[in-house]
Amino acid sequence: MSDVLQDLNQLDKMGRQYEAGFETDIEMDYAPKGLNEDIIRLISEKKGEPEWMLDWRLAAYRHWLTMPEPDWAKINHPPIDYQDSYYYAAPKSMNKPKSLDEVDPKILEAYAKLGIPLREQEVLAGVEGAPRVAVDAVFDSVSVATTFKETLKEAGVIFCSMSEAIREHPELVKKYLGSVVPPRDNKHACLNSAVFTDGSFVYIPKGVKCPMELSTYFRMNATNTGQFERTLIIADEGSYVSYLEGCTAPMRDENQLHAAVVELIVHDDAEIRYSTVQNWYPGDEEGQGGVYNFVTKRALCDGVRSKVSWTQVETGSAITWKYPSCILKGDYSVGEFYSVAITNGRQQADTGTKMLHLGKHTKSRIISKGIAAGRSDGMYRGIVKIMPKAEGARNYTQCDSMLIGDQCGAHTVPYIECRNKTAKLEHEATTSKISEDQLFYCRQRGLSEEEAVALIVNGFCREVLQKLPMEFAVEAQKLVGISLEGSVG
Amino acid sequence: MIKIKNLSASIDDKPILKGIDLSIGKGEVHAIMGPNGSGKSTLSYVLAGRDDYEVTGGSATFNGADLLAMEPEERVTAGLFLAFQYPVEIPGVQMSTFLKEAMNSIRRRKGEEELDALSFLKKMKTAAKNLGISDEMIKRSVNTGCSGGEKKRNEALQMAMLEPSFAILDETDSGLDIDALKIVADGVNALRSPERSFLVITHYQRLLDYIVPDYVHVLAHGRIVKSGGPDLAKELEAKGYAEFMQAEEAA
Repeated sequence: MSDVLQDLNQLDKMGRQYEAGFETDIEMDYAPKGLNEDIIRLISEKKGEPEWMLDWRLAAYRHWLTMPEPDWAKINHPPIDYQDSYYYAAPKSMNKPKSLDEVDPKILEAYAKLGIPLREQEVLAGVEGAPRVAVDAVFDSVSVATTFKETLKEAGVIFCSMSEAIREHPELVKKYLGSVVPPRDNKHACLNSAVFTDGSFVYIPKGVKCPMELSTYFRMNATNTGQFERTLIIADEGSYVSYLEGCTAPMRDENQLHAAVVELIVHDDAEIRYSTVQNWYPGDEEGQGGVYNFVTKRALCDGVRSKVSWTQVETGSAITWKYPSCILKGDYSVGEFYSVAITNGRQQADTGTKMLHLGKHTKSRIISKGIAAGRSDGMYRGIVKIMPKAEGARNYTQCDSMLIGDQCGAHTVPYIECRNKTAKLEHEATTSKISEDQLFYCRQRGLSEEEAVALIVNGFCREVLQKLPMEFAVEAQKLVGISLEGSVG
Repeated sequence: MIKIKNLSASIDDKPILKGIDLSIGKGEVHAIMGPNGSGKSTLSYVLAGRDDYEVTGGSATFNGADLLAMEPEERVTAGLFLAFQYPVEIPGVQMSTFLKEAMNSIRRRKGEEELDALSFLKKMKTAAKNLGISDEMIKRSVNTGCSGGEKKRNEALQMAMLEPSFAILDETDSGLDIDALKIVADGVNALRSPERSFLVITHYQRLLDYIVPDYVHVLAHGRIVKSGGPDLAKELEAKGYAEFMQAEEAA
């Protein structure tokens, strides 16, 4: 074995760089530690919610107490002590600020450090010709700002925090909340239904093409606090929206729980593109700390010719448990899943998708790229289910894994269930390693070993990264390199 | 410029190079010829710094610096380039991206400013045109879906862009038809200058009709067994390597 490969084993020489690992020191308003009905009442009250919302939360909580933890994923962690966490944490200054001028400058600074501009004029003053992005910034349990609300309002688009939507648009929230991911779906989703704090709400009216990209930036800052955001996006007939989601957290020694729920509803001829760059703190090289990222994301392609495209770049979190899925109910509806999942150090990722074909001539496409380095484990887990009425349904699945070093694992578990004879399904899978030849060739052209690995892996993921909106693609490419730092000699 | 003294190297404990002595001056073109298995490619890999080869003795200096102590990318930064016999495929990475990343990495190491996108593109387009490389080829992933000839042209393109002071061409003629050979040779000749040295490794004399060397060396069984002028190559073409192979067996 060559020196390079031997060096690959000595992973821990270099700590990996986690640029978003800083902490913002501000006074916080916490709910008491632990979880019980009073805490839920407190959250609901803090948010000024109506009675029906509180009842919904309490019903979810009571059911949650009876539910077992999902145990089918290939992940390992000590039992979660749900009483050892805070379920509500908000910056003290965040008592309903009316404008950005009232927001604590330290919070604005934190977002500036992360490269997220919250002042519209700063966005507008950015690179000429660059697409404008509206941002909903969620800091621990509250949304601190939502930009370009007025511009969007003119187009009829509703883009606001979930808390605000519950107050301002109860009819829409009542109709759609939990319609795709019911509270009893799984234990993590059920917990979210009981204690969710904030998140984004989007409604695109009939025939409207959203005039700008929408994005939510989630930041976990407070210690020992779980983040439970809830996102609900509704695309009415013939509408279109592209939505981006980014996440980071400070470096902490204890594990933090993040259990989010995302629901998408797509009506006739509408389309939602949902992109995620997930960079929660992954823990240190020995597996100390890091975020448990237990997320339920699901889209209902309700209408004829409706379309959903999930694109995710998963580089962070100690554990990722996440399967963005599509229920293809409308005839001719289309579901897509493009995923890059990178694990390093002691990270574990169990991620994939579910494509449920109900309608006629429904189509799905799955492209998954898993990269494992260090002593990490990466798993693609997916289900493609063709139901009896899904005449002429089609699926194409491609799962590629790349291993760096010889102490990591890549696994692929693709389930296929086909109950209609006219369906066509294709599945391709590959597993590869970065070869000595490739590394040497790159270094002979002047690239360092780490630069070479980042470049080769970016090439491996290109098909997926290309699906991201421009401004995310650049960030994602850099992230690929950063998350693999320390994976070679 | 390059001074190699009594250089020995092995792979998996098997000795391949058994004491190479070679000096290459500024602006000189040296050719190394030899039968298969004589250690030609090993010499090029050892000079470029591939890990799997273990240097067991001797020394090599590049402009006075200890070449063997440098990482491969440091050797490139110092001005060394190796055109591969078998260029490697890197799926998903466009040639232009690859080259730009590589050149900027070298510049950073030298403490120079990175190339801006426009001047890089200009430079690449000119270099590509001279080598008959189409825009479509540049957009392809590095060496992916390329014929043998196209790969060798890509090597010549990279050499033209990186502007090394010392270039090693490892069997650049293998897998090339005569037209492609001429294009690549023209590309190399265009780079010949009093400041730039070449080590051309080849099995056949044919390449040396196009890239005319100043010196020719014969490598057999890990040693340079004969050196001479361009005529030596012609002699070898007529007589073959049998003489040198026997010499080793007798010894």
